Amino acid sequence: MPEFEPRIVAFVCNWCTYAGADLTGTSRIKYSPNVEVIRFPCTGRIDFMLLLKAFAEGADGIIISGCHPNDCHYTSGNFHARRRWILFRGLLDFMGIDVERVQFSWVSAAEGAKWADVVNTTVEAVRKLGPYENFRKIDRAGAV
Amino acid sequence: MDELRKKARALLEAGEVRVVIGYGGGTGDRARAIFVREPERADELIFDGRCRQNLAIYLTRREVKELGKPAIVATLPALKTVLQLAGEFQIAEGGLVVLAPGADGSLIEFKTFADIEKYLAGAASPIDPAEQAEMDRVRAMSPDERWKYWLGQISRCIKCYACRQACPMCYCPRCTVECNQPQWIPVPSHELGNLEWNVMRAMHLAGRCVDCGDCSRACPVGIPLYLLNRVLIGDIESNFHQRAGMKAEVDYALSTFHPDDRENFIR
Ligand code: SF4
Ligand code: SF4
Repeated sequence: MPEFEPRIVAFVCNWCTYAGADLTGTSRIKYSPNVEVIRFPCTGRIDFMLLLKAFAEGADGIIISGCHPNDCHYTSGNFHARRRWILFRGLLDFMGIDVERVQFSWVSAAEGAKWADVVNTTVEAVRKLGPYENFRKIDRAGAV
Repeated sequence: MDELRKKARALLEAGEVRVVIGYGGGTGDRARAIFVREPERADELIFDGRCRQNLAIYLTRREVKELGKPAIVATLPALKTVLQLAGEFQIAEGGLVVLAPGADGSLIEFKTFADIEKYLAGAASPIDPAEQAEMDRVRAMSPDERWKYWLGQISRCIKCYACRQACPMCYCPRCTVECNQPQWIPVPSHELGNLEWNVMRAMHLAGRCVDCGDCSRACPVGIPLYLLNRVLIGDIESNFHQRAGMKAEVDYALSTFHPDDRENFIR
């Protein structure tokens, strides 16, 4: 049986982490290809429903990343997002959804190496956890 | 009750309000919401242990708003709802009369939102022991057991949206579940869509839910929605020291932030 390759979806903000990931590439730092990066205007724009949709579409793990506090392009988007994630994590955990599969991070446009590290460690952590079967097994007969 | 009827009659006679939103006898032994518009019907008002519905839900309903200035018979959760709705700019000071009858037949008329704030600050909101026991039981489960528990619960959901319809804080004229560009919540009631719906309902009420319990009571299949609400209420209190419905100003946990909010889960 081939080794399990985790599928990681990363929701990142345009101004910091996306630019940081770009720097990872231009610095020729090699990192795990298991991640699919989706760019958002701001972490404040990342609706919690997108995480559920990612899991439903087969993600084994999720990365949410944006600007460090006080660095937000829109001043406070990341502060609002942080509050939302505090509550959302608690709710997911209470419902038995595996919060260990969701990694939050602040990666600035200058932190190309940190981005590679966040991705690599998340991929390895999720590899250990295995495929996210719970979500895959949910009945969705009639789903559109 | 006499005090309440007397007050309602006087308010209607003086033209101070156009409608009194209160409880009346329903079918069987039930109490139901009634909308009293003529002074001589004030005697239909009742208030006893059966009167649990949070009547503040009608304050934002267009059919009721069109009747004119209301007086509302408010239980403790309804008082909180009044403040929360005021904080969200859905109702304004002076736009309604708030009547809180006591179990002993007494009646408090609140003149200002500040008076309600003062009253609530000193009032206890006891939690039903059976519901607390269920909360403790679920919290003590392993993550896997919790997942099975919730999957079992939500697989029974029939997507009737009675929980939303019954909720006084779900007043958006167009709910996300009715949006189909994109379709956030699938129409059929399969487990995935039910899960998404229940997470979304709880999250959209995070920091706004006043814990009246009407959603749980409205659910025809008895899903313990109060558990989801209370997890969020608890997390909001412990992390942000905020509580919905205690102030008539914008103090909604997710519309504010503190630069020092916890981030020990962020790399
Ligand atoms: S979510 Fe439920 S308990 Fe909270 S305000 Fe709405 S109906 Fe009441
Ligand atoms: S009231 Fe109950 S069955 Fe109806 S949509 Fe809400 S959770 Fe589902």
